[in-house]
Amino acid sequence: MARMKCAIIGSGNIGTDLMIKLLKGSDTLELAAVVGIDPASEGLAMARERGVATTHEGIEGLCRMPQYADIGIAFDATSAYAHKAHDEILARDGKLMVDLTPAAIGPATIPPVNPAVDATVRNINMVTCGGQATIPIVAAVSQVAKVRYAEIVASVSSRSAGPGTRANIDEFTRTTARAIETVGGAAKGRAVIILNPAEPPMIMRDTIFTLSEMVDEDKVRDSVLAMIARVQSYVPGYRLKQEVQFERFGSNRPLKIPGYGEFEGLKTSVFLEVEGAGDYLPNYSGNLDIMTAAAKAAGESLAKTHMEKTAA
Amino acid sequence: MTFDPTSDRLYIQDVTLRDGMHAILHMYGTDSVRTIAKALDEAGVDAIEVSHGDGLNGSTFNYGFGAHTDWDWIEAAADVIKNAVLTTLLVPGIGTAEELKRAYSMGVRSVRVATHCTEADVGKQHIGIARDLGMDVSGFLMMSHMIEPEALAQQALLMESYGAHCVYVTDSGGALDMDGVIARLQAYDRVLKPETQRGIHAHHNLSLGVANSIVAAQAGAVRIDASLAGMGAGAGNAPLEVFIAAANRKGWKHGCDVMALMDAADDIIRPLQDRPVRVDRETLSLGYAGVYSSFLRHAEKAAEQYGIDTREILVELGNRRMVGGQEDMIIDVALDLIKAKAN
Repeated sequence: MARMKCAIIGSGNIGTDLMIKLLKGSDTLELAAVVGIDPASEGLAMARERGVATTHEGIEGLCRMPQYADIGIAFDATSAYAHKAHDEILARDGKLMVDLTPAAIGPATIPPVNPAVDATVRNINMVTCGGQATIPIVAAVSQVAKVRYAEIVASVSSRSAGPGTRANIDEFTRTTARAIETVGGAAKGRAVIILNPAEPPMIMRDTIFTLSEMVDEDKVRDSVLAMIARVQSYVPGYRLKQEVQFERFGSNRPLKIPGYGEFEGLKTSVFLEVEGAGDYLPNYSGNLDIMTAAAKAAGESLAKTHMEKTAA
Repeated sequence: MTFDPTSDRLYIQDVTLRDGMHAILHMYGTDSVRTIAKALDEAGVDAIEVSHGDGLNGSTFNYGFGAHTDWDWIEAAADVIKNAVLTTLLVPGIGTAEELKRAYSMGVRSVRVATHCTEADVGKQHIGIARDLGMDVSGFLMMSHMIEPEALAQQALLMESYGAHCVYVTDSGGALDMDGVIARLQAYDRVLKPETQRGIHAHHNLSLGVANSIVAAQAGAVRIDASLAGMGAGAGNAPLEVFIAAANRKGWKHGCDVMALMDAADDIIRPLQDRPVRVDRETLSLGYAGVYSSFLRHAEKAAEQYGIDTREILVELGNRRMVGGQEDMIIDVALDLIKAKAN
């Protein structure tokens, strides 16, 4: 099958890491342009060195590029505010969009959980780094038991938390919690993010707690392990750090969640480490690596769905 | 420094109903909250902080589900407080602006926005929103012992620039001594505006809670955090009744009745403690290893569950330089220690 041409909007850390991943090879996507707003940007210089066409004139610059007509899909690694404007222009020109910002115009997408996007969808949102790391596990538990409540704790090194995350940390907790429910399948979701300044920087850690109906622990464990293998197919540094832990809340000792209810059931705790591939960003920033790796996987899936629709 | 305890009045910020939550696994009943808030208000403290120990929205698997919601607790306290300022705590990353606004709508008029000591910028949004609501705002730089005074002062300066009326030296690990407290407040003096207030939040893990608070006042801290019988994480906070007794002996001004505080500490608070709040081998290890005091009871539970020494877990958490909020790493460390022993 022919590959779909793509552009990356945003030549910062995320955009540049995504560029390296796309240049490493893709069966579905061919990188045709990188878009920035700063002529001195290191990301744009790296793109030019690698023979990729660039513009430093933002979205208008992209529209004027000779490559623009052939581009079928764009990855937006800018900001939620800018994404809204970018999406309007690309929608007008019939192009697909993978949104790595918190704008969340399109449906939340976690590649191993809901990859088969409907061909009527043209913009997908990548939730948050913590969501990409943890929602697969919530979904894995949901596949074998009804999840009443799921909570995730994402700890990232201070160095890997950019100014956008810092300026609106509520957006992280809110967006992640919502996707734990809509994509992960939990009746109620909670998310916590912690920044740790230790040097050398700590590798991203994620902990997932679920409270589900009482089921066989082996079923849960098997489902979680199978999901981890699926995530590892696009994020090799995604690892289970400890044996999956279980705790049972029986009728003699139900779990009381204030403001929500009293529950019997199984608590599952999953401890993960996410080490980045070191494509552009250092290995400790697994949070950023899983975002770009997931965006690449989701973009491939979206492109494939649309190419199949066009072919049919 | 513009505050001088020999002439100016101290601002006593009680934390029994917030930090004190840690001491009893966030299990205060609403009746206890009413009784305690009323006793504190009548005894003349300036402000009473109420929320889950980890701040608004702290009720989680990770930090422990409380006996009630923040809203139940805040409502109970708001019902009985006549004079003191109803205060709460918000840790960005755990709680959000949404909870802050709800707390305000229930009568909370002062908030401490708490970040790790190197991460002040994650609190910018919340300090701004609190100011827009017309609230009194303090910046709370947790684990202040982990960085040098000048670096801490730069973070304090950020919080001041976001609009904080007061910036704290927050000794969450109870690991600072008097020299460390004075050096940090002196560094604040070099960069903060004179009109920005300073505060001290001590933990008693090295038995220095009161001593650190006294020298902090002498170094310009007008706001003193304390709790009845020291009810708080680890070996507790500066015990309120003890600090006030010491302040009285120095002739310092404040609004508190020391005898009433002593009665409340012994008659109301101590009977509620299912684990004594004191300096013992576990809580001393927190201060010794410079570990977040709220880790104590979670580490004790993990130690019991996995059959290892609480102190081993705490010391390893210190080695890994874990910060407030990383309670999930307690089980992780316990499992690693077991693996290491098996090999």
